[in-house]
Amino acid sequence: MRIKIHVWRQKSADDKGHMESHQLDGLTPDMSFLEMLDTLNEKLTAEGTEPVAFDHDCREGVCGSCSMVVNGEAHGPRSETTTCQLYMRSFDDGAEVFVEPFRAAAFPVVRDLVVDRSAFDRIIQAGGFISNHSGPKPEPNSIPIEPMVQEAALDAASCIGCGACVAACPNGSAMLFTSAKVSHLGMLPQGQTERFERVESMVNQMEAEGFGSCRNYAECEAQCPKGISIAFIGRMNADYLKSQLVKPDDTRGKMHAQ
Amino acid sequence: MLNLDAKLPGGPIEEAWTNHKDQLRLVGPNNRPKYKVLVVGTGLAGASAAASMAAMGYQVESFCFQDSPRRAHSIAAQGGINASKNYRNDGDSTWRLFTDTQKGGDFRSRESNVYRLAELSTAIIDQCVSQGVPFAREYGGKLANRSFGGVLVERTFYCRGETGQQLLLGAYSAMQEQISQDRIKMHTRTEVLDFVVIDGQLRGLITRNLVTGEIKRHSADAVVLATGGYGNVFYLSTNAKGSNVSSLMRAYRRGAGFANPCFTQIHPTSIPASGDYQSKLTLMSESLRNDGRIWVPRDKDEKRSPKDIPETERYYYLEERYPRFGNLVPRDVAARNAKDVCDQGLGVGPTGYGVYLDFASAIKEKGAAAVKSKYSNLFEMYQRITDDDPVETPMRIYPAVHYTMGGLWVDYNLMTTIPGLYAAGESNFADHGANRLGASSLMQCLADGYFVVPVTIGDYLSRITPGEIGTEHDQFAKVENEVREQTSKLLSINGDRSTQSFHRELGKIMWEHCGISRTRESLEEGLEKIPKLREEFWNNVRVTGEGNHLNQSLEHAGRVADFFDFGELMCYDALTRDESCGCHLREEHQTPEGEAKRNDDDYAFVSVFEHKGAGEKPELNKEALEFEAFPLATRNYKS
Repeated sequence: MRIKIHVWRQKSADDKGHMESHQLDGLTPDMSFLEMLDTLNEKLTAEGTEPVAFDHDCREGVCGSCSMVVNGEAHGPRSETTTCQLYMRSFDDGAEVFVEPFRAAAFPVVRDLVVDRSAFDRIIQAGGFISNHSGPKPEPNSIPIEPMVQEAALDAASCIGCGACVAACPNGSAMLFTSAKVSHLGMLPQGQTERFERVESMVNQMEAEGFGSCRNYAECEAQCPKGISIAFIGRMNADYLKSQLVKPDDTRGKMHAQ
Repeated sequence: MLNLDAKLPGGPIEEAWTNHKDQLRLVGPNNRPKYKVLVVGTGLAGASAAASMAAMGYQVESFCFQDSPRRAHSIAAQGGINASKNYRNDGDSTWRLFTDTQKGGDFRSRESNVYRLAELSTAIIDQCVSQGVPFAREYGGKLANRSFGGVLVERTFYCRGETGQQLLLGAYSAMQEQISQDRIKMHTRTEVLDFVVIDGQLRGLITRNLVTGEIKRHSADAVVLATGGYGNVFYLSTNAKGSNVSSLMRAYRRGAGFANPCFTQIHPTSIPASGDYQSKLTLMSESLRNDGRIWVPRDKDEKRSPKDIPETERYYYLEERYPRFGNLVPRDVAARNAKDVCDQGLGVGPTGYGVYLDFASAIKEKGAAAVKSKYSNLFEMYQRITDDDPVETPMRIYPAVHYTMGGLWVDYNLMTTIPGLYAAGESNFADHGANRLGASSLMQCLADGYFVVPVTIGDYLSRITPGEIGTEHDQFAKVENEVREQTSKLLSINGDRSTQSFHRELGKIMWEHCGISRTRESLEEGLEKIPKLREEFWNNVRVTGEGNHLNQSLEHAGRVADFFDFGELMCYDALTRDESCGCHLREEHQTPEGEAKRNDDDYAFVSVFEHKGAGEKPELNKEALEFEAFPLATRNYKS
């Protein structure tokens, strides 16, 4: 099969960037989308020009590296599918295909299709963990967890941190990503101690990074390669509200003996 | 001659690790912040080691080539993690996990390391649950287990088919906690290009920032390598595209012994390649073998769709050949049998290199919904790639390079032959011998990272003065210069062939000459072909662009260059190991049934290679293996 590909080229964060078009022949429907880009890059290298830079690693849909918008949708036309798991059989022979990087103010372009998603790491650093040391821990079966709760926590924890939710959102909001981590940890008994401090701190960091607000477009859920539900956003909002209401006074060092 | 003193603990094996720990020197809490430890790689071993050491108070810096530490390839592990909790009351114990691992490794691993691994397995589960890893639970809320290839107990803990992802996110979040406390300094999109060894001790490393091209010196009191496996020497493997052997090879060239490089696990259940453009192979977790039955048509000229082939015309070759274990035979046995039936012309699919993995019996017995829910994301993944629904039509699978048991030689403390340089996880060699049991790689990475390295590293650090040598030392300048020279060299060749085309060709040589089974002739031929291709590479590779920006061809060129040298080392190891063991099958040494035939009299040792300079033959050093607690036995999966 053949396609006409229009791909975003941008030398660095400061460069303005532009679309570049190429005709590609000799593709097959069983080729993955990234294998199609490999083919393009081989062609560009043979012509003596620089290949298109794009993030990719596991190529099996779980590392969350790939970060491109294909024909206007994050990760392309197939639902619950990362770009690396998208196959050329999803396109018609002779199709025109537009490839751009994930676009959001908080995800500056590094080069071509590569963007900087370090803001996600900083949101996790703000509280996306259960404080811990390595060493002896209680026997896990001493704290039973209802399978339904564990399954729901795992649904949230399945987020691969690719950033499609941000790219899909007209506001460039990171609510789906943040709420997935807040919910994963907030639903488990081990995560209760820091539950309210966590949600407050992570939401604050999310806002500080320049991500937009949620207006319930639900595009994030529609384009999430892991099908993470926006119900987690509601859950996060509820926890955030509670964190403002139930926040205990920090009385450490302020209690005096009578 | 390398110093291969493994510092093995004495006394009964059951108490060895405890006694050893009690004898180690410690660094006090006040002094820990004075020591700088660099950790290369952020997979399960690297992330857990970095987080644990930082929480103890050491100054830790971490490096990964990806844009975030969470993307390391441990994330793709599907099936599960072993621990001898004996929750199923089916007779499991530390001893059984130890002996299973020894047998699985075909007695080519170090007994005391393996026992320690089994001993630490249960603490890993406790640690992960306390971090919020959502392992599967039963109705009563207790942890669930599944069985996994090659063993007779159910001891595998899992999170659907995404166990690696959940364990890595646990270790990653522990790391993020330490980053937020300024105890870990994280360097993403940064590749380690060389090591600085001064007076025989590791003192630092040189990195390249992959975005700006900046080459930088880092001094260190100790370095932990956790850079994973080197299966990508075959080009096609289940590894991530970025997985590489460069850190290991560069440490090897600086004096680290490389142990058992030829031990490569070929996984029996991956999706077959569909054409020449194939960029990687996708694994289907072998947990599928619990419910899937493997077969090929009995007739070579079979043209019918698998559903129309009657039972009597199907060859369930594993069930017929190995009645006791059936479809759950160890990975290498399953892989070689798949190749065997395909070589006989019985293979299925467009290339003829595939066999059926059929869920029809399980679906009939348990219902489609139950089977689907057990393997939901695996079924989805398969359907996405092949456009076939495994509930409707059998999967097609074929073996693929998956895991590499070899790695840098380490002593019981996980220190390499360069004092101050440690290797953890898949990048060391110690625990899996000539073959790895399913669901043991995650276990080993986390045992090394959470519980071994953080303790043993103190013993070394307590003997040195922190920050003794800074980056102004001449050796740093010299190594940095060598790194710059190699980078400019790669950019200046400006030949006709891309890095991809060289890598692909090298991979074909490796698969053909040092793959699923090996012979003296095939290896000798490989050893002739690799240097020729390498020479062409250094004269004809084309790397476009410059060194001062994100340049993925340049990154790849450096990695391919190391794969050439490594491929040669691997063939050399396979040639000198003139026996079969585990996944290393020398066709000259096999039983009539095609199983590996060990030669314990002559080969019960670890092959440790020592670099003797570019173009020189490496020197083979041997660490003899002693089997005291669990004596040598011949593996038998048939009765």
